[in-house]
Amino acid sequence: MTKKSTWNRLVHTPLFMPVVCLIAVLLINLIQTPTFFKVSINNGVLYGYIIDIINRGSELVILAVGMTLVTAASGGQDISVGAIMAVAAAICCQLLSGGKVSTNTLAMPIVLAALIGILVAGLCGAFNGLLVAKFKIQPMVATLILFTAGRGIAQLVTKGQITYVRVPSYKVLGAYIGKCPVPTPVFVAILTVIVMQLILKKTALGLYIESVGINGSASRLVGLNSTFLKFISYVICGLLAGIAGIVASSRIYSADANNIGLNMEMDAILAVALGGNNLGGGKFNMMGSIIGAYTIQALTTSLYAMNVSADQLPVYKAIVVVVIVVIQSPVFRKKIAGHTKRKAVA
Amino acid sequence: MDRDVVLEMRNITKTFPGVKSLSNVDFTLRKGEIHALMGENGAGKSTLIKVLTGVYDLEEGSIVMDGQNIVNHSPEEAQKNGISTVYQEVNLCPNLTVKENLFIGREPRKGRLIDWKEVKKRSADLLRELEIDADPDQMLGDCSLAVQQMIAIARAVDMQCKVLILDEPTSSLDDEEVEKLFRLMRMLRDKEVGIIFVTHFLEQVYAVCDRITVLRNGELVGEYKASELPRVQLVAKMLGKNLDDLADIKSGHEGHVDTEGPAVIEADDLGHSGTIHPFDLTIHKGEVIGLTGLLGSGRSEMVRCIYGADKADQGKLKVDGKEVKINKPLDAMHLGMAYLPEDRKKDGIIDELSVRENIIIALQAKKGMFHLMSRKEMEDAADKFIDLLDIKTADRETPIKSLSGGNQQKVIIARWLLTNPEYLILDEPTRGIDIGTKTEIQKLVLDLADQGKAVTFISSEIEEMLRTCSRMEVLRDGYKVGELSGDQLNQAEIMKTIAGGEEGDNK
Amino acid sequence: MAKKPKLSKTSFLLMITIIMFAVMYIAGMIIFNSRGFARPQMFFNLFISNAGLIVIACGLTIVMITGGIDISVGSVTALVCMSSADIMQNKGMSAYAALILSLVIGLLFGLVQGYLVTYLKIQPFIITLAGMFFGRGLTAVISTDMIAIKNKTFLAWANEKMYIPIGYTNRHGVTINSYIYPTVVVALVVVVLISIMLRFTKFGRNLYAIGGNEQSAIMMGLNVNRTKMKAYVLDGFLAGLGGFLFCLNSCAGFVEQAKGLEMDAISAAVIGGTLLSGGVGTVVGTLFGVLIKGTIASLITTQGTLSSWWVRIVLSIMLCFFIVLQALIGGVSLKKTAEKKIKKAAALS
Repeated sequence: MTKKSTWNRLVHTPLFMPVVCLIAVLLINLIQTPTFFKVSINNGVLYGYIIDIINRGSELVILAVGMTLVTAASGGQDISVGAIMAVAAAICCQLLSGGKVSTNTLAMPIVLAALIGILVAGLCGAFNGLLVAKFKIQPMVATLILFTAGRGIAQLVTKGQITYVRVPSYKVLGAYIGKCPVPTPVFVAILTVIVMQLILKKTALGLYIESVGINGSASRLVGLNSTFLKFISYVICGLLAGIAGIVASSRIYSADANNIGLNMEMDAILAVALGGNNLGGGKFNMMGSIIGAYTIQALTTSLYAMNVSADQLPVYKAIVVVVIVVIQSPVFRKKIAGHTKRKAVA
Repeated sequence: MDRDVVLEMRNITKTFPGVKSLSNVDFTLRKGEIHALMGENGAGKSTLIKVLTGVYDLEEGSIVMDGQNIVNHSPEEAQKNGISTVYQEVNLCPNLTVKENLFIGREPRKGRLIDWKEVKKRSADLLRELEIDADPDQMLGDCSLAVQQMIAIARAVDMQCKVLILDEPTSSLDDEEVEKLFRLMRMLRDKEVGIIFVTHFLEQVYAVCDRITVLRNGELVGEYKASELPRVQLVAKMLGKNLDDLADIKSGHEGHVDTEGPAVIEADDLGHSGTIHPFDLTIHKGEVIGLTGLLGSGRSEMVRCIYGADKADQGKLKVDGKEVKINKPLDAMHLGMAYLPEDRKKDGIIDELSVRENIIIALQAKKGMFHLMSRKEMEDAADKFIDLLDIKTADRETPIKSLSGGNQQKVIIARWLLTNPEYLILDEPTRGIDIGTKTEIQKLVLDLADQGKAVTFISSEIEEMLRTCSRMEVLRDGYKVGELSGDQLNQAEIMKTIAGGEEGDNK
Repeated sequence: MAKKPKLSKTSFLLMITIIMFAVMYIAGMIIFNSRGFARPQMFFNLFISNAGLIVIACGLTIVMITGGIDISVGSVTALVCMSSADIMQNKGMSAYAALILSLVIGLLFGLVQGYLVTYLKIQPFIITLAGMFFGRGLTAVISTDMIAIKNKTFLAWANEKMYIPIGYTNRHGVTINSYIYPTVVVALVVVVLISIMLRFTKFGRNLYAIGGNEQSAIMMGLNVNRTKMKAYVLDGFLAGLGGFLFCLNSCAGFVEQAKGLEMDAISAAVIGGTLLSGGVGTVVGTLFGVLIKGTIASLITTQGTLSSWWVRIVLSIMLCFFIVLQALIGGVSLKKTAEKKIKKAAALS
């Protein structure tokens, strides 16, 4: 009896599904590649599949945090995050290179350039937020504008070419700090998550966003400003996309307008859905989204390990998205419930 | 059986989980009559209509139309059987033309294509015949609401309906539009259509109806000829006598009303166009003011206007003697107001959040985003009120949606008490909750007044108001029409004021 | 009774679009006259290079009228091009087989997406976003290299010039007639047929009713689910057909093909007066929307120094402008009356 109820309680904790999914993906990997969990030190840095997942998943984690807030507040998703990453990277690299295609010297302190890039990303988020919160345009239509135009803007900034910043200090963010064996992006992701958690724990933002996402009309009557809250969630999402963009750019010490953040919006939405969040808005679970993000990254890495090319990945991810939203759909749940009931009767 | 009878419903009973919504209700409609269906909230009017039109399944009883037993499973089936419904919110498409709204789904065709000429001709004929002032080619969205209603009626009539149900069609119309609608209804009466008219407006009932059927608490009170039922009697029948014995609450509250200092609330010609006409209202410390009137009379609208839920667009408001401008609810909250809304589900609870979060949300909103209450503060607040108001919940972290209606209501009350308001607005706090909780809430209101708070209390139950209020404002059709206090606070006087003058009172 | 039929908000939006097109085009003729922009062929080129887009945007207009959306069309186009190229070049099948395959691909997308949206009530955006990634990924599964099409029948279809007796006289006094390709004829036939369907069939009118107020449409006894399903299937079919026309224009298949085409199609529909909230829209308007997009593109190409990225940026700015315009006049006033009514009703009951 108690055993069953403990089990039941465990099943109903919000993190149950995300963790199970992650474990499932990791297990499949372990069977496929027995050395999957092996971590070694090569040339003074950590090396292995697991490290790779944690490292590569950093940008996705950062994006998923922003996407979670947007989803909770507005009941829709921001599909422009990938393009915003490209914009931030383009601005940052162009500032560093002083407008040249390739550079070996810095035209500006890295911190300043990165900050400006992130700020511009925040502006992109503000633009999305304005359309969604003020003009009440469906989130995905509103963000579709930057989804397509964003890369165009990035191309314009980089004058249609890939901007290279061949300066070792620029690579630090995407590689390693000094002799530290852990890749830097991991620290960036952890830092972002900690800052976000602090904001959520020390201010009432999280509670406000949930409240507005669940019942806008009741929230208004208790004194919440839903327009502002939706707006600010898009701004945060934009800023985080900017950070992710800078990290991604530092990895390849360049700004590639076409490929930075490519298909990341889909991964971020998937992470949020896998994390047990309702894509229709309301209560959110930040930890779930983060675990979801690592699950997606694990999936990506294992598909790569199975020789699936980057271009083909979306096929599998699209299928996972459809399966998740169908399972989340109330109509589907009702149908299944009706079916099992009928079975039980018969 | 009367040959003139077109529809007869016998012994209709409808039960929802735990609640008997209708028990043994009879209803008879004759050809060429306009029959009002009246009753307060929860009387069972809409349930009866929904059973008739097939929105709800018929459980018990029979529906006989033209001598034949019928069962409707859906509104479309009802329509095929000659029963059409026109709702308050027009169920037409504003983006299509008038002619199209009249004929969509049954367009005359030439071959496979729609014959627009024929559509236009037939709609012009129909509009002319029913004297509706609209152009067939006009967009429906460009027509006035009254015309839209009439077009919905025209569509129903043209589909050969024998029974036309008008479910509160006049709620959003002005006087002139209502008159136009009545002309159309009378015309249809002459064409032998039986009309069921659901409304809250007494004047309208007497202006156009032949018969009145009154329901209360899911039971039939009776069927009367309009000409033989005086207005006060009708109100008395609708409101009924509440026989619950709540002896420990004294009738007529006499607390320490502080009329010396400045009034907590002083409204001067305050109004919100479209919902409530300008009104004056003064509330002192320690006073419980009741707002009464039938459903739709403007009692909720009045408090929404004060609280800033509907921003007042005329008049002045003083709080504690100082003139204030309230743009949004948060402004009102900072001035010490609290508002428990009428629709608990839609405007009150935030259903997925826990009891704790629902209790602290208003105070937290007031404190601002950067002053998050500590977990301990929240828990203490929640525990205090769960204890104080005896909220029955498994845990303070239980989602509010899994609580019963009465306990949800207590959580909302707790939410507002926590903000320590000077002025509390309670809109129908006792609706749909059990007798025990009702009594508790009434006691609480009196306690609050004794603590020197000002309270506005709205309820459909007059007895409940008599027990708690020291003064009552009476509203009718969006106007404040009377103020009763002292000896005037009795059922007869209140009903007389609600009902208005027997004749010639058209305001 | 004698009311003057006033200009409705929808015709107002369409008017703006047509005027905008005319102004842009005439301005182009004046500024770039020396570069041949004023030649009639320039005008017909708008149709030639956008034939596929016209058809795809028509399909999108249909689902947008119901209040839905489909952002998978660009990927469907890429998939259609790639699979057509693949079966003709690598499997040795005929151009007819490629055409049929294209239509089947479109239909399948329409069926699956339509079912999920209509019967499982999932947001069309999420579903078609998944469709978008699925289609693009599947294209890469077929081949990550570009496949050029060399099939004779196919090239004959693609290059069959149909002359039109409108032309210009060159320096030597020779009149050169303008021409179009068969793809243009197909696209225009689709516009006419869909126009008739939207205006004169029950199905067409039901689409508008659903977009105007789905609840009302149900109450008026219309079969809402079947109509919506049909709309998505038709949209899928047109995406397949449009994709094939696109392929006839490009004569190749590659992964990055038609990227952002969904944006072009949505912009075209919105600029052409289709409301994002549904209930209003015409394919003629959409046709003008496409022509505006085409004009922007050819102005930027003719200008020569601006990067092609400007096309999409300008288009996005225009889309943004029209969305806000809709929010301010057209869309809002239509929906507002309904919302106000409901709000009032809710307040009163």
